[in-house]
Amino acid sequence: MFPIIFRRLALAVPLLVIVSAITSLLESFVPGDPARTILGINATQEQYDALRATLHLDKPFAEQYWLYLRDILHGDFGSSLFSGESVLALIGQRLPVTLILVIGATVLSTLVGVLLGVYSATRGRVSRRLFDIVSLLGSALPNFWLALMLVSLFAIRFPIFPATGYTPFAQSPGQWAAGLVLPVIALSIGGVALISKITRDAMLSTLGLDYIRTLRASGVRPASIVWKHALRSCGLPVATAIGITMIAYIPGTILVENIFTLPGLGTTVVDATNQHDLPVVQGVAITFTMLVIAINLLVDVLYSLLNPKVRVA
Amino acid sequence: MTAADPPVSVSSRKWTNPFAGIWRRPLTAAALAVVLTVTVAVILAPLLAPHPPLAQDLLHARGGPSASHPLGTDELGRDVLSRLLYGGRPALLGVGVAVSVYIVLGMSLGILAGYLRGWTDRVIVGLMDVMLSVPAVIIMLAVLAIFSQSNVAAMLTLGFLSAAGLARIIRSSCIALREELFVDAARVSGLSAARIMARHIFPGLVGLLLVQMCLFSGIALMVQTGLGFLGLATPPPAPSWGGMVGEASQVMEQSPSLLLISGGLIGLMSVAFGLLGDGLRDLTQDRRQGTGSRSQRPVPVAVAKDTAEASDTPPDAGVLAVRDYSIAFATPQGPRTVVDSVSFTVNTGEIFGLVGESGSGKTVTGLSLLGLLAPNGTVTGGSAWLAGRRISGLPERDLQRIRGSEIALVSQEPMVALDPNFTIGSQLSEVVRRTGAVSGGKDAVGQRVRELLSSVHLRDPDDIARRHPHELSGGMLQRVAIAMALAGSPKVLIADEPTTALDVTVQAGILDLLRSLRDERGMAIILITHDLGVVADSCDRAIVMEQGRIVEEGSVEDIFYRPQHPYTKKLIESTPSIARTEGRVA
Amino acid sequence: MTGTPVLQLDGLAVRYPSRGFRKPPTTVIEDVSFEVGRAETVALVGESGSGKTTIGRAVLGLTPVSGGRVLLDGRDITRLTGRARRALAPDLQAIFQNPYGSLNPALPVGRTLAEPLLADSTRSPREVRAHITDLLRRVGLPEDAADRYPAQFSGGQRQRIAIARAVARQPKIIICDEPTSALDVTTQAAALDLLAELQQSLGCAYLFITHDLAVVKEFAARTLVLQHGHIVEEGRSTDVCDQPQHEYTQRLVAAAPVPDPVLQRTRRQKRLELHATS
Repeated sequence: MFPIIFRRLALAVPLLVIVSAITSLLESFVPGDPARTILGINATQEQYDALRATLHLDKPFAEQYWLYLRDILHGDFGSSLFSGESVLALIGQRLPVTLILVIGATVLSTLVGVLLGVYSATRGRVSRRLFDIVSLLGSALPNFWLALMLVSLFAIRFPIFPATGYTPFAQSPGQWAAGLVLPVIALSIGGVALISKITRDAMLSTLGLDYIRTLRASGVRPASIVWKHALRSCGLPVATAIGITMIAYIPGTILVENIFTLPGLGTTVVDATNQHDLPVVQGVAITFTMLVIAINLLVDVLYSLLNPKVRVA
Repeated sequence: MTAADPPVSVSSRKWTNPFAGIWRRPLTAAALAVVLTVTVAVILAPLLAPHPPLAQDLLHARGGPSASHPLGTDELGRDVLSRLLYGGRPALLGVGVAVSVYIVLGMSLGILAGYLRGWTDRVIVGLMDVMLSVPAVIIMLAVLAIFSQSNVAAMLTLGFLSAAGLARIIRSSCIALREELFVDAARVSGLSAARIMARHIFPGLVGLLLVQMCLFSGIALMVQTGLGFLGLATPPPAPSWGGMVGEASQVMEQSPSLLLISGGLIGLMSVAFGLLGDGLRDLTQDRRQGTGSRSQRPVPVAVAKDTAEASDTPPDAGVLAVRDYSIAFATPQGPRTVVDSVSFTVNTGEIFGLVGESGSGKTVTGLSLLGLLAPNGTVTGGSAWLAGRRISGLPERDLQRIRGSEIALVSQEPMVALDPNFTIGSQLSEVVRRTGAVSGGKDAVGQRVRELLSSVHLRDPDDIARRHPHELSGGMLQRVAIAMALAGSPKVLIADEPTTALDVTVQAGILDLLRSLRDERGMAIILITHDLGVVADSCDRAIVMEQGRIVEEGSVEDIFYRPQHPYTKKLIESTPSIARTEGRVA
Repeated sequence: MTGTPVLQLDGLAVRYPSRGFRKPPTTVIEDVSFEVGRAETVALVGESGSGKTTIGRAVLGLTPVSGGRVLLDGRDITRLTGRARRALAPDLQAIFQNPYGSLNPALPVGRTLAEPLLADSTRSPREVRAHITDLLRRVGLPEDAADRYPAQFSGGQRQRIAIARAVARQPKIIICDEPTSALDVTTQAAALDLLAELQQSLGCAYLFITHDLAVVKEFAARTLVLQHGHIVEEGRSTDVCDQPQHEYTQRLVAAAPVPDPVLQRTRRQKRLELHATS
């Protein structure tokens, strides 16, 4: 188990270097002069030189990148070219919303996906056919469009939930939760389709295995065969599907946050992209990369817990 | 040789069309038609569009469908159909760009890694690991922050970063194909590496590549329209599918149909890509299995009604009696009878052989007695009786109560017959609790598990109970499987080829064990086997089956020394014997 | 046996590097030496894990050899690769255990049979076609079999196709790796008869790898018994089966059941006595 974790962590370092390098490299293509853009035309030469120095714009590219990397390792992600706000502070403030969306959607899609998958694997041909169609639509229809349909249905036609906006938890837990219902559902639709399909396929092939027949022949109860023995064997593929889903939810939040105007990293990065605010884009890119690394690590740990051969050895 | 050569194809470059047989799958064909039609229409937009995409007609804003505006107009009075046709251009251009990079890069990396192996492989795998962990969409946003509104730059980035996923799939199937026995055979035949690639490996990858291409097209379409929706890839007012969804969402309350039309088209294309991918995958699989289309449904088996009431009186002889018993399987060609009116009786305390070659119906007969036929198999006639009680045609719930406690099974492959995820002890405990009628708590169950493991002559029961199946040898696992079958003290034990997967020295031990269990417990054992040596060693009586019918029945002495049926004689003659003196080659 | 043996193994060893830190390599076979003469059948008998299949694969160049030599017709072929290894194909052939895996399911049988002939580029397509028809006839399959796919044949018929492929260029020796163990006994008997008949007419030698001593006794002139990668006994097949010398061979012979209830009862008694004394 530890070698796997070690390998993941060893991969994390070059990955962060590469992601920051790509974004920094892109920065050198920026048309015009970022310092000029930020300060406007009324700034003095001293102000201008000072800003160029803080952004390391007075140095050659390689040195710029090295200084940027050093700053990152010191926890300094620079500051927004527009608001001047510290990028780290901005991320710290916006990250929780994104995390809640990702975690909420993962929990929801895991529960619904596994239940649906097991159900359709143990029922007859008709339900299997129906399931195929629903799962295809869930995975193929664009989730921003499904999100809009949810809004038009449950916020406009039947105003049950708020269409947009975010209420901080401290202000009103009830409204906070109500505001998250539609975004979490919208985000989780593709994941439900994937997890249920993988669960169903894994379940079907497991139920055809010899040891399931042995258990049936020994008189073990069907409920125990399905939920204890067969589902346990589906652990690895299902864990993989959950990992893939969770990683897909990270960029998925970009659209969902923008549709529901939630103050998360997704809205932040789209605004920054429109404003050519590269330090913010860079900061979010690195945060997302670290999230992906963390999720992969989590899946690896889950893997070794689920595989008896690894656990014993 | 006669002058007319038979039509034998030997050409080495015969192209297998991955789309062959698509017409037998209407859904796949329809998906292909949708993709082609929409693509052609979008390409021909300047010819087909009834209006310029930007022409506003504020007098007819938000108009419904009409002769001049087949799909109506948007909030600025622009023709929706024309905008959809033109709006598909950035979407499909983006998809095309991303897919091209994805295929070219992914295939090259995958084949290089999978075929050359060694250092190239390790470097490429490392590169793939990194590429797969980079969040592609966010890098696309960074690209868009620099190359403002550049659809092509963004989609190039997507194709580049996603290519690692394809490379991984290609690499692993390349490696899997290299391990195939037929590739070894081709090497032994003297074919060069390039020829093996061309004949055996590449054709296997073409289908896979097409499937991945379709699935990735769907993903790329979603990402591109997502960008368009956020207004990042196509500057307004130029139309784009994603942008149109965005515009429609602004006026969702006033004209909900706009949202349905624009999003529906994206959905339709995306679903079509998905269906096409799935369909092509199935077609490729059918071809690899060398079968035709398998989309036909099996024709269900009809159960003869009259047999259900035919014999309600139990036969008075034997612990297990089978009368006029028939089994059929549903196949696309119609029901196929695999067991045809067989009758036999098994007595308490005897080892009864069910002997036959593959396809004789012996295993199907055994499994059906436990109610464990595959879902397309049905008992179509006759009856089976266990200790005077009819067990054929029992509902599943009653069968559950019988299985394990009245009649039990030991199957062929001990290595896969036990749940790999649980220890031997926990699996046995579950069966003991369910069938063993053990009064008392955990200790009593544990005690019973130890007893069972000792009764199959396993030396250190406590140690065995703590282990997972993969830690034991095949012979030990078969003993555990027998212990599990004994947990409910069944009257009849069905042993389906219990020693076929084992070495001959281990086989002898298992057969000894079955004989001693019969002697100690007075159980009836049905020994299903193809091996006449095993029959001669262990059985008291036996039936010989050929293609679903019983051709011979009697004591083993009768069968071996006075065979009546020619098939039995042939079987005995064909079985090699270490004790025989004459041979084929001196 | 006269002249140079067709196949000669001299101290052959195959070891795999172990996974893990500083673990010694796993030895699969060690110091295996034997010869196969012209048109001779030599059986290699062992249980699972004895390394019998590895020996066949090492001879065919499908598994890297760690030590010792393999000589074909007196020529060292141990480490031949690429073009030089392919040049052996006319003389050295193989029949594999699994007739379902050894034929590419996506190719019609005719194209699979054309493979060894394609490697020899001197033949015209017309000659190749005629040759395939002839091969199919020799192994007892209908002519139209060439246009059908492997899935349309039974296990026994597929093994006949594999046999046809192996004899296509009249090799000097064929490595038969459990060629009949996946077949039913009646099919097995027919396949063994076919192999014996082809040996008569073509004069090829067989290295016959199997787990089944009873088959060995009927089919092979000489037998080698393999245990844990070492040869423990070697001799004429009748001698090995009737008077086994090594303790392991004795156990193997005693455990093999015979299709004769009365005889088997006495054999079982003897085995149990043997077991009790050891």
